[in-house]
Amino acid sequence: MRLRRIRPESIPDDDEDATVETWAVPPPMPPPAPVGDDPGPVVLLHQAGRTFPGPPPVEALKPTDLVVERGEYIAIVGPSGSGKSTLLHLLGLLDTPTTGSYHLDGIDTGTLSEPERAGVRAARIGFVFQAFHLLSYRSIVENVMLAELYHPGARDRRRDRAVEALVSVGLGHRLEATPATLSGGERQRVAVARALVSDPSLLLADEPTGNLDTATGEQILALFDELHDRGLTLAVITHDDSVAARAGRVVGLRDGQVTEDRRQGSAVR
Amino acid sequence: MAERSRLSLRDLLSETGVALTARPARTVLTALGTILGVGALVTTLGLAKTAGNQIVSRFNELEATEVVVSPQSTGFGDASRSLNVIPWDAEGRIERLNGVVAAGTVSAVDVGDKLARSVPVVDPQGQTEFQIPVLAASPGLFDAVRARLFTGRFFDQGHEERADPVAVLGPAAAQRLNVTRVDNLPVIFVGDEAFAVVGILADTARRPDLLGAIIVPNQVARDRFNLAGVEAVQIDVAVGAAELIGAQAPTALAPNDPEQLRVAVPPSPRRVRSDVQDDVNALFLALGGVSLLVGAIGIANVTLVSVLERTGEIGLRRALGATRRHIAIQFLTESVALGALAGVIGTSLGVLAVVAVSATREWSPVLDPWLPFAAPVLGAVIGLVAGTYPAWKASSTEPIAALRGVA
Repeated sequence: MRLRRIRPESIPDDDEDATVETWAVPPPMPPPAPVGDDPGPVVLLHQAGRTFPGPPPVEALKPTDLVVERGEYIAIVGPSGSGKSTLLHLLGLLDTPTTGSYHLDGIDTGTLSEPERAGVRAARIGFVFQAFHLLSYRSIVENVMLAELYHPGARDRRRDRAVEALVSVGLGHRLEATPATLSGGERQRVAVARALVSDPSLLLADEPTGNLDTATGEQILALFDELHDRGLTLAVITHDDSVAARAGRVVGLRDGQVTEDRRQGSAVR
Repeated sequence: MAERSRLSLRDLLSETGVALTARPARTVLTALGTILGVGALVTTLGLAKTAGNQIVSRFNELEATEVVVSPQSTGFGDASRSLNVIPWDAEGRIERLNGVVAAGTVSAVDVGDKLARSVPVVDPQGQTEFQIPVLAASPGLFDAVRARLFTGRFFDQGHEERADPVAVLGPAAAQRLNVTRVDNLPVIFVGDEAFAVVGILADTARRPDLLGAIIVPNQVARDRFNLAGVEAVQIDVAVGAAELIGAQAPTALAPNDPEQLRVAVPPSPRRVRSDVQDDVNALFLALGGVSLLVGAIGIANVTLVSVLERTGEIGLRRALGATRRHIAIQFLTESVALGALAGVIGTSLGVLAVVAVSATREWSPVLDPWLPFAAPVLGAVIGLVAGTYPAWKASSTEPIAALRGVA
């Protein structure tokens, strides 16, 4: 469906009334409109909601405002059924909001055609999944190269970039290994490398440590910390408090509503 | 500002290649039905063509090169007139025509109740006399019927001109007369007329009545048995010349009265060919079609299963920027490539089968030249048809559900 275009400057200041119950820190001001080269915040959700058609219709996510600035590391937490997966899919352009609007890097995603949405997804969003989703019959460097298959960029240096990304996650020595020969932690690092190879604006991780033991999960989180230090914007969906504790900001969801939005630790850089 | 997702042809093909070669055994098994179907179709079409051609070439051998000229039958009481239509030098007249390979006259000799024997004295105790037909021939007849000798030689123009009492025996006649060799100069008697046996036939391709007959030169038959005239002119023509010779022969033989002659020419080879092939092809094509249907169902089935298996991969590709269209095109390309591959393999096997069968039957294999090219295309079309529903199914897989499933 096509959503109407909303100009960011038209968002009223008192917009956060109904959906926000508790604020640990004052909510961020609505961002200025993208001007010139400044694309504004990475994520700008304005009254974005998602209702699944019935019967009976389910309002998985009530109209929500969310702003994620460049370089932020946020954790989206909540019990199952709280709407955090729905939010992830909206953020990842895998789903479209039924109400409200979503600007990614200043692009109003509601106005995009399907090839454009897919192209934006390829170029600006990196996904890391709980189940890794590596193709078992390909070497890990081929798995990472897959990330740029649908990317409008150049083809010739694809392998070089994949190798670079694998080196950056510490797997430069196992380029031709197949996923079956890797440990769970290594597989997830391949998935992270795949998410990083197209230099995304936003890294979306869905329970990235859910299939890992504590020690290897810790390695992945350390890798996320390092990426955050390099300036990458991360959004991690988790129900694990120890994962949420690593983030600079925690957004809590319950019954499709944001019930908590607090900054912690080092906060936004 | 907003990037458009795209998938280059080169990437699409390389993805297809990887998908098909990742598990070669599975790929081959998936394609097996189509391989067999295309193989069966090529084999049947090839064998039908080959077999049809063999039948046609047998007709060519025996009938398409045979022309027989005989007098019009004019009914009772007019025998002398009709018998005299063909001149005694018919052989020479016909052999001058372009396209004639060999020609000779043949006539049944009326020997009355005279019996043939190979011993000079009639032995009342045993049966030594036989009723054996006597045929008069010109020397060219042996070539015109493609006779082969068991032993000895044919009589020639010299025997004819000198009216030498010589005879060539058909194998059945030789057996009854107990003549097995000619180097001891055997003599046979028809009534009281003696003939020196110069040769014994092994077989002939035409006129099987020669096999059981005593064959003597025309001149000697005229002298000894009052042969009245030539009954038939047997002509062996070059391939394709039958119609022409059939038209020219009556005029050459009887310039004043060509209508008196009846010409037997072979049936048009074209009609024979199409009759035979239509029958054979209809049966074989039905079989090939059934195999292909089974093959298409096989590809559709396995592709559909693989769509379900690869749900996680589909979700991943969508997350990496593939559109529904890209997913559909990828699956469709895979099944088309699989079908084309099966077509190529099936065609190769089919051609090998045609060659193998032809080798055992000592046929020359014949294939329509378009067949080896059309068959892989047919395989690709089968892949396209079989892959359409699975591709649509894949493209309508929700990435969210796909990603949540177990990888």
